[in-house]
Amino acid sequence: MSLNPDPDTADRLLAAQAAAEVKGRSLWKDARQRFMRNRAAVAGLVALVLICIFAFFGGFLAQYEPDYVDFSLIGSNATQGVPSFETGHYFGTDSSGRDLYARTVQGTRISLLVGIVGAGVAVIVGTLYGAIAGYQGGRTDGAMMRTVDILMSVPYMFVLILMLVIFGRSILMLFIGIGLISWLDMSRIARGQTLTIKGKEFVEAAHATGVRPMTIILRHIVPNLLGLVIVYATLLVPQMIITESFISFLGLGIQEPNTSLGALISNGASNMQYGVIWQLAFPLFFFVITLFAFFFVGDGLRDALDPKDR
Amino acid sequence: MLNYVLRRVAVAIPTILLLVVISFVLMYAAPGGPFNSERPLPAQVMANIEARYGLDQPYWKQMANYVWNVVVHFDFGPSFQYRDRTVNDVIAQGFPVTLTYGFWSFIVALVVGVALGVAAAIRHNSWLDYLAVGISIGAQVLPNFVMAPILVLVFTLWLGWLPGGGWQGGQIEYIILPVIALSTSYMASIARITRSSMLEVLNAGFIRTARAKGLPTRRIIWKHAMKPTMLPVLSYLGPAFVGMITGSVIIDVFFSTGGIGQFFVNSAFNRDYSVIMGITILVGVLTVTFNLVVDLLYAWIDPKIRY
Amino acid sequence: MALLDIEDLRVTFTTGDGEVNAVNGVSFSVEEGETLAIVGESGSGKSQTAFAAMGLLARNGRATGQIRYDGRNLLELKQKELNRVRSEEIGMIFQDPMTSLNPYMRISEQMAEVLTLHKGMTKRDAIAEATKMLDAVKIPDAKNRITMFPHEFSGGMRQRIMIAMALLCQPRLLIADEPTTALDVTVQAQIMELMAEIRQEFGTAIILITHDLGIVADTCERTLVMYGGQIMETGPTDTLFERPTHPYTLGLLRAVPRIDRDDETLSTIAGEPPDMSRLPKGCPFTPRCAWAHGPCPTVRPELLPAEGYPMLRRACHAPVEEVK
Repeated sequence: MSLNPDPDTADRLLAAQAAAEVKGRSLWKDARQRFMRNRAAVAGLVALVLICIFAFFGGFLAQYEPDYVDFSLIGSNATQGVPSFETGHYFGTDSSGRDLYARTVQGTRISLLVGIVGAGVAVIVGTLYGAIAGYQGGRTDGAMMRTVDILMSVPYMFVLILMLVIFGRSILMLFIGIGLISWLDMSRIARGQTLTIKGKEFVEAAHATGVRPMTIILRHIVPNLLGLVIVYATLLVPQMIITESFISFLGLGIQEPNTSLGALISNGASNMQYGVIWQLAFPLFFFVITLFAFFFVGDGLRDALDPKDR
Repeated sequence: MLNYVLRRVAVAIPTILLLVVISFVLMYAAPGGPFNSERPLPAQVMANIEARYGLDQPYWKQMANYVWNVVVHFDFGPSFQYRDRTVNDVIAQGFPVTLTYGFWSFIVALVVGVALGVAAAIRHNSWLDYLAVGISIGAQVLPNFVMAPILVLVFTLWLGWLPGGGWQGGQIEYIILPVIALSTSYMASIARITRSSMLEVLNAGFIRTARAKGLPTRRIIWKHAMKPTMLPVLSYLGPAFVGMITGSVIIDVFFSTGGIGQFFVNSAFNRDYSVIMGITILVGVLTVTFNLVVDLLYAWIDPKIRY
Repeated sequence: MALLDIEDLRVTFTTGDGEVNAVNGVSFSVEEGETLAIVGESGSGKSQTAFAAMGLLARNGRATGQIRYDGRNLLELKQKELNRVRSEEIGMIFQDPMTSLNPYMRISEQMAEVLTLHKGMTKRDAIAEATKMLDAVKIPDAKNRITMFPHEFSGGMRQRIMIAMALLCQPRLLIADEPTTALDVTVQAQIMELMAEIRQEFGTAIILITHDLGIVADTCERTLVMYGGQIMETGPTDTLFERPTHPYTLGLLRAVPRIDRDDETLSTIAGEPPDMSRLPKGCPFTPRCAWAHGPCPTVRPELLPAEGYPMLRRACHAPVEEVK
């Protein structure tokens, strides 16, 4: 006598398959519903929208230009530069007598831009690299991933600073530098996922009908990595913001008269013993809220799109 | 096992060489030499200086010399900025400081993180668990350059308990704040990884077997669950090490501790290439070595990795 | 007095979707040296019954009723006392030998710790004893292979190691939870043969939990059929198999492929196993039962001696007296 299979196994498999097909069609709708049920993620999304509005339209409310220096305030910041609606300095002034509200709007905008552009570069480079390595397989894959291994063990922040010193400190250099060193994780994830997709029928069919490898990668593999890419990009943005702020905190990143949250925090931190605590508090507040918002949205997206759950 | 060690070392060496070469090439790609300034120096003086630093020799020879000196003599050459000091002097002065608080930060992050993670997993869904989860979520948004000012604000400016900077030969009260600032976010990450790893392990079949064998809970946790729990933690230690050594730059600058980070940033502002390169390479070697140790530990714990 | 005496056992799990009643008032006993089979589909509560006896329920599980072993209620024992019962009195082996051995420890360590802990042996004696036991379960070259890691053994060998480990302290009862489900058919037979030998040699009572009726027929004196966390029918294996009268038992037997009879077509039991969080008031099998009538959906049948069948007890309002 042999093993006795669960009598309903076949039936249930069929039912599950049918259900999966129905689900497959409304995958994105499904994910949206799951995301909307996640309270932390929705709160993060709302916060994110508010922060974007603040960063891009908050300037209209400012009473001063971000680079307007009120010389009368220098030296008496602690008493004259206090946050107040009467003076129009909602967030007070910084140590040079500039309006901190306008500066924070500007800093938040630049931090967001660096984060999003940096993450964008990293995700595009990483996804393509990983997809190509995974799709080609064999020796190409081995060499490409070994390279990633080696690059990963390089302390990139030091190399980035070295690059900034050598090529000059500019926002463009910062974008390129941060983006180029952050694609490594993404390439690993994309490769792993590509390996699973590669075995699917539609890829084999495309291959059998003679579609060129690069076309298969762009048409069939990359679109199927989309969910993963979105999740990873969302989680990468705060990392990029942290990296940028790190460099700006040291004074090596964004240069005056531009500013970023990291540079503002750095200024606030070096002046906090003079009783101008708001110079630290406001930038810090926006920094923390922005990071929280991205992390919660990213986690929410991951839970909503996680292939394991499907 | 020896074979495995040798193979890992064989991968590590080219990594370091690559780093040395990349740094060197980057430096030469720089527009203008290190001694170009607004006020041009007389040609003879310039030539003398370049001869002293070997800058008059052909490109490849300079590189070969540099690599040879670094690899064989551990000599990073003279500083371009401080005429009377070598890069080795700078490292000898700053590195012990960085090593001291870096070591303690690493220990604190690892020990507190693992302890918190394990406790949270064992007391799943208790207040301790919620506390651990709360800390690890909160610490995500508190990188070292945020922690440092907050700590100084609270413990130095408001409470007046601890000095907000300086080193004083490494007296304990000067070490505390740097260590907390540097270790917090990594401690939180380690706690989070340990917790989820331990929760997964405790659901494994072999833990049920251990319970069916009548082993006391303590023995199950330490003898059976701890090793597999530590595997993901171990994988994270490499990136954590890089993160901490990078963070030490912030610590040195913010707390004026006088470690290599301070020299690194000063050199970055002064375009003191040889110091930047020397420190970058030193950090690279440390990282590669550390990753090697982690790999070997991993292989030692996981019998399924065949040498 | 029976070796193990379970009375009105109930197991409840608290989940996000409410209470799940995995076992609903199960009572049975096992005599010294006896072999009892518990059969049923997955989700019938058969494994949870065994886990409850060993105190191995998941964190959110709760067991009530009585599980008396040698006169003591296992459900009331302190952790320390329970740990003495485990291994020393009751050994247990599990479904998947791939995951039930610790992949990070050598076999010698995993086996020796049982003896050093329960018998106070030195490590060296413990390993010598463990080697003997591995020989007994026919692990070739046990002396050398004992220092290996689990992944260096095949599935069947690992299950043999599990059995050896469970028998180290010579327990009077061995609970085997689907010990052959994860193994190849030929290996299954070898493991069952080994269990039969063990019973002969050590006089160990065995509870065999399985959904494979083929195994049961050859090895177990008594069989207990479970469905929806309740006992449907229990009695001598021969009687139960030769003249099944409970509709569920009949369904199970018909679903077994047999080559010695060609007059029967293989059939499945229509419908799905019950939702354990919303069991019907009456007999849980009602929705899938072809014989269900009047009282079935509303009155829970009691487990009573079946007339005309010696030693057989069954819980059914609509027994199938005339088969075929």
